Amino acid sequence: MAFSARGARGLLLGELLSGLALTLRYMFKGAVTVNYPHEKGPLSSRFRGEHALRRYPNGEERCIACKLCEAICPALAITIEAEPREDGSRRTTRYDIDMTKCIYCGYCQEACPVDAIVEGPNFEFATETREELFFDKQKLLDNGDRWEAEIAKNLALDAPYR
Amino acid sequence: MASFWHGYAWPTVITVVEVLAVVVPLLIAVAYLTYAERKVLAFSQLRKGPNVVGPFGLLQPFADGLKLLIKETIVPSGANRVVFIFAPIVTFTLSLVAWAVIPFNPGVVIADINVGILYLFAISSLGVYGIILAGWASNSRYAFLGALRSAAQMVSYEVAIGFVLVTVLICVGSLNLSDIVKAQRHIWFAVPLLPMFVIFFISGLAETNRAPFDVVEGETELVAGYFVEYSAMAFALFYLGEYANMILMSAMTSVLFLGGWLAPFGIPPFTWVPGPIWFLLKIAFVLFCFLWVRATFPRFRYDQLMRLGWKVFLPFSLVWLVLTAGVLTAAGWLPAR
Repeated sequence: MAFSARGARGLLLGELLSGLALTLRYMFKGAVTVNYPHEKGPLSSRFRGEHALRRYPNGEERCIACKLCEAICPALAITIEAEPREDGSRRTTRYDIDMTKCIYCGYCQEACPVDAIVEGPNFEFATETREELFFDKQKLLDNGDRWEAEIAKNLALDAPYR
Repeated sequence: MASFWHGYAWPTVITVVEVLAVVVPLLIAVAYLTYAERKVLAFSQLRKGPNVVGPFGLLQPFADGLKLLIKETIVPSGANRVVFIFAPIVTFTLSLVAWAVIPFNPGVVIADINVGILYLFAISSLGVYGIILAGWASNSRYAFLGALRSAAQMVSYEVAIGFVLVTVLICVGSLNLSDIVKAQRHIWFAVPLLPMFVIFFISGLAETNRAPFDVVEGETELVAGYFVEYSAMAFALFYLGEYANMILMSAMTSVLFLGGWLAPFGIPPFTWVPGPIWFLLKIAFVLFCFLWVRATFPRFRYDQLMRLGWKVFLPFSLVWLVLTAGVLTAAGWLPAR
């Protein structure tokens, strides 16, 4: 009995038709893909993207050249040189990140005592040459100015959990 | 001079215009069939498909065609040059030539010959030559294996298609395609001959080397089968030929089983739409089924394909042919001669 039922189903192309019905149903489901350059997927507030050096609201740079980020960086991507400024405060004279070495682990922003170095929400910083990925202090500060609004929002969102 | 004009030149001009009137829309249809295929596959896989070139990606086929046109046609150093160039021309030409006998409306056909079905059958059998020549001339193992497979596959399924055609013929009593359509005034052959219709459709998939019977191309095994060594316009001709053959097979399915230009049921709301539109709609529907099948089923293994052709379709269609002939004779429904 079971054999004949299976035979009939095979002869009437039962499996094939149910497969076709499934594909037809899927055709009306609508795409799940994102039309990338025009649409973007959601990003977590903890997303670790392009690095930035932040400033205080009065324009003073936050980084105090403690070199904790340089020390913790597992990829040895950060290079810092520092000396006292004219007003006697301790500031960096050189803050380089080699973005081709960086592994985006986020340890630098965890280590920073003053929330100066952060990884912002930007992930679209592909370049045409390798040299453009050797970020210097000016580039990092510019990133900070450019992304400050988003970075501050993300830090505020994450604050309850740390 | 006058007799030359009326007897020879003018009919030639008319024929050329008729041919252009069929071939140009056909080539545009081929272009948009590639677009439709990508869209149907995309939708069934929850993707968007081409949507960048032009509105909804509608200019994509022309971008692809232009790309193929301006590329270099590479002839491998080990290839037989003449045959290598000749093969895609054969494939493409044959896929267009068959359209001469397809009727679009009563009397609207380039060549209303009384052996239309035989002509179609002959042309589709010749189609395998383009592939074999390409596979052999390429002097490449993948191309050669693809060509071998294609020869065996197309020959196998032509047998089944032949029996299906004979079944239709004994119901009609004519080899003329217009007569075959007219014989379906009362009921489309897809209804009384449903099993034959299904066999014809599946054999048509195999005959045009479409999924799930595309072992000839078999990307995963043979890279691309018989046209691995082809590039640029020679490749494009194969591509155009393959898709034109799909459209031809859909047109044959419409003519033989779905009543060609006839409106469904032959009652007023449907008969207001002109015949050619119905014909095109039916072709489009069958083509959609081609793409739908491709989106659904995985490729057959080569031995499964041969088993299906020789051990299932051949005996089944033979039995159904005898059965149909028996019923027609017993009930006295054989068409008058």
